[in-house]
Amino acid sequence: MTLALIALTPFLGALLPALMIRTGRNACAVTAGGVTLFALILLLVEAPAVWRGEVLLQRVDWMPGLGLNATFMLDGLGLFFAGLILGIGLLVILYARFYLDRDDPMGRFYSYLLLFQGAMVGIVLSDNVLMLLIFWELTSLSSFLLIGYWRHAPEGRQGARMALAVTGMGGLAMIGGMLILGDIAGSYDLSVILTKGEAIQASPLYLPALLLILLGCFTKSAQFPFHFWLPHAMAAPTPVSAYLHSATMVKAGIFLMARLWPALSGTPEWFYIVSTTGLVTMVIAAVIALFKDDLKALLAFSTVSHLGLITMLLGFGTPMAATAAVFHILNHATFKAALFMSAGIVDHAAHTRDIRRLGGLRRLMPATFWVATIAALSMAGAPLLNGFLSKEMMLEEAVHTPWLGLGWPIPLLATVGALFSAAYSFRLIGHVFLGPQRDDYPAAPHDPGPGLLAAPALLVAGVVAIGLAPAMVAGGLVNLVADAVTGGAAEPVKLKIWHGLTLALAMSAVALVGGYLLLARYADAVARWRRAGVFAAKPVFDALIALLAALAERGTSALHAGTLPRALGALCVALLAMGFAGWGEGALAGSRETLTPPLIALAPWALLIGTCLAAARMHHDRLMMVLLTSVVGLVVSLGFVYLSAPDLALTQISVEVVTTVLMLLALNFLPKDSPDETGPMLRTAQAGLALVAGLGAAALSYAVMTRDGPTISEFHVAQSYPGGGGTNVVNVILVDFRGFDTFGEIIVLAIAALGIYALLDGALRGPSLGRVISWVPDQERSKDRHPMMLVVATRFLLPVSLVVGLFILLRGHNQPGGGFIAGLVVAIALVMQYVASGYAWTAQRRPMDHHGMIGLGVLVAGLTGAGAWLADRPFLTSAYGYVTLPPLEKFELATAMAFDLGVFLTVVGAVLLALENLSRVARFAEQPGPDEPMDVDPSAEPRTAQEKG
Amino acid sequence: MIEYALGFAYLAFGAALVLNLWRLAQGPSAADRILALDTMVINGIALVILIGVSQATAVYFEAAMLLSLVGFVSTVALTKFILRGDVIE
Repeated sequence: MTLALIALTPFLGALLPALMIRTGRNACAVTAGGVTLFALILLLVEAPAVWRGEVLLQRVDWMPGLGLNATFMLDGLGLFFAGLILGIGLLVILYARFYLDRDDPMGRFYSYLLLFQGAMVGIVLSDNVLMLLIFWELTSLSSFLLIGYWRHAPEGRQGARMALAVTGMGGLAMIGGMLILGDIAGSYDLSVILTKGEAIQASPLYLPALLLILLGCFTKSAQFPFHFWLPHAMAAPTPVSAYLHSATMVKAGIFLMARLWPALSGTPEWFYIVSTTGLVTMVIAAVIALFKDDLKALLAFSTVSHLGLITMLLGFGTPMAATAAVFHILNHATFKAALFMSAGIVDHAAHTRDIRRLGGLRRLMPATFWVATIAALSMAGAPLLNGFLSKEMMLEEAVHTPWLGLGWPIPLLATVGALFSAAYSFRLIGHVFLGPQRDDYPAAPHDPGPGLLAAPALLVAGVVAIGLAPAMVAGGLVNLVADAVTGGAAEPVKLKIWHGLTLALAMSAVALVGGYLLLARYADAVARWRRAGVFAAKPVFDALIALLAALAERGTSALHAGTLPRALGALCVALLAMGFAGWGEGALAGSRETLTPPLIALAPWALLIGTCLAAARMHHDRLMMVLLTSVVGLVVSLGFVYLSAPDLALTQISVEVVTTVLMLLALNFLPKDSPDETGPMLRTAQAGLALVAGLGAAALSYAVMTRDGPTISEFHVAQSYPGGGGTNVVNVILVDFRGFDTFGEIIVLAIAALGIYALLDGALRGPSLGRVISWVPDQERSKDRHPMMLVVATRFLLPVSLVVGLFILLRGHNQPGGGFIAGLVVAIALVMQYVASGYAWTAQRRPMDHHGMIGLGVLVAGLTGAGAWLADRPFLTSAYGYVTLPPLEKFELATAMAFDLGVFLTVVGAVLLALENLSRVARFAEQPGPDEPMDVDPSAEPRTAQEKG
Repeated sequence: MIEYALGFAYLAFGAALVLNLWRLAQGPSAADRILALDTMVINGIALVILIGVSQATAVYFEAAMLLSLVGFVSTVALTKFILRGDVIE
């Protein structure tokens, strides 16, 4: 389980920093680092096998029917990326410890960071593409949290929203692409998909799948024209930028292109889409980067440019280009993380990131100067550093790659991109560190302590080491990864510094010299750039989002204006349209023999029609509607009895009572009449629609009732006793066959009751409390609050009702009844006490808090279900047996009964909580009476006529 | 003989239900309406028992029992609402 554990460790560990922050900032950072280190060690333990060329697979069947399995794979590519994510993650954790201010909530930061780290590791270790998609979306969500970490900064929030919108949209497209891909390959496992390259490319669905997947990759990796989100994400704290934009988030798209390289690449479509996008992105972003004055914005656009370079190399489709891409991923991760960290140090020390306000920091911050300069020179492609090596490999590949049959476009544009890349790298060194020392820095710049410098210095050491001895330091790894990317097609290359006098070397030299000359005439270049006018993406994006929001708003308000008639009208129209669409398909009447209506059905039938007519005529009177609803409920209960459904009848009877009480409690605060809200025209139209919808419902019922269809009832009836140990099939279905549904339903019921509590509790606070207190009753009040007759009658009925409830609960498994009905009966018995003696008196006497009762019910039901695990059976498998207690007959005991007890407790708690809280509102609105059971005191001595006189 | 008795009973209670609905709709006072609803519940209990008798089964007995046990709670709540506005105070 090591692979799964590597991916899960950051997720599990994400809880720790949020807790450890209570013991201090160091403990918090050490915990986060420890979690990452643990995952990294687990990875290194597995590394030797991968190094020998093995591909590790671990499979946990999750939902095999859907092709969704938790399968993890570790090969060279996964090892490489997981190593980068965890290794640089460790450095970022170290850096962030010293970067974050005392006011910044550090626990939250590390928790988010670990969540993000887990999602990234999950992506690179997933073998199942569906699981990969889940991790993919998780990176979008967790990066949203990280980018918006400084919640008080509007740029942070906007940047986070933009990143989420763009990458989330791409993720949606990619889900479609992956599903198509899995469909073509016949499996959602990457290890299978990668071997089906030919079948995939021959499929007619290849192009749509490719486009959708690339849309996901390009948005994630900030390729043109989706590059605009990345610079705005720079509002994040610098450690986040260093992590997200060097080794992780934006590399996810690159990773996926590399991962799917054997299956998708090599076609003209792949070449032209991917390499052209990469090339355009590389050049445009490099040009923009040169003219950015914000240090982090410069680095952001340079990141976009370098991602374009890697994308282009992957797009070439040749094994050699893929090797170069892998090498550049490694190099870019090292120097770009170091550069972001250096930018953070400068920002920390000088209190500005604006390049125009910096310059001359070389003597003030010598250590930072060296770190940043080496990293920037590597980015520029200066010899003896790692950036030079991979950039030269890129140029070499560019020379050999024709575009539309022409040899010059790619080499020329690649050189232009490299030239601007050199120029902005030199600008970073020249305009920040070199030049005359100034005396108007916002703060006095100085080198930071070793804590902040350690991480970038380590990275720069790597930059130099790879640059000086590439074959020794990185050669083996690059070949291993390239082998995994290309599916074994890549020839092992020997990385070396000197390739002889090649065209690529000349292009490198042109880029470096040209970049230097361009920077020398920077003022001139800026003037030209200004004249050319800059196209800003953010206003366009904002306008687009505003447009979409407005459209959605209009669509919603057209259908859901908050008025019930309109919502129901939209529903009826849609249903009628669907009904008419199916009008021609076959006859309305089925083949089943129709029955003559029996005499007994006549009265309820007339009753229903009469009630409907009365409701249509008197619907303005709300109390009348409550009464008429009760009549309908009564008729429905009778119908259930007549149609041999005693369980449903019992449920309906008790639900009716509770509903009536609930509606009356609410009606107290509502107007007693509903006024006409629509004109006569609209009302006529609504009446017509209602009539047609009613006829449609009648036609549908007629069509269904005149047909015989196969049902699953026979199975349930046959299996009820042998399978569930009960003769009441309805109850066995509820607590056994469909026990999991019932478990879900009682949880929903519990949540609904707690929701009512929360909403009403909110109504009793703040301004709405004022409205409740100033509420004036709109009807006359009788003087008798708690009539004595009612009090006495309900006291007598309480034990009787409780016994009936218990009886219904216990017999439920074999005879009509069960936990739900019993719960309602007991709840009604208790509600009667509330009605008779008032809230205060009854609430003092309740044995248990209703919240607790709801929780206990769900717990009992859940534990009963989990008990099946002890017997090594699936959740909620029931068991039953027979017990003999001497004075009683032999009787049956089923675990389903305990489950039913849970249902019972939840129902009682939920009903009472809802009713009690509705009545609590009234206690605020009106003067509550004394906490006595009734208004008269029967124990007092009766006063004689004399005394009265 | 029992069939005739049952048929007559069905007719009588069915007619009572319909007439009660008439009273419920006509009113004139709220007390009339609530009483009409309460009487309908009583008639409903009778119908449930009659169905049990005609099918010769006791399985519907609990429905009748429950209807008589909790059916009046609606009536009480409605009456309390008319008198005090607040059902639980």
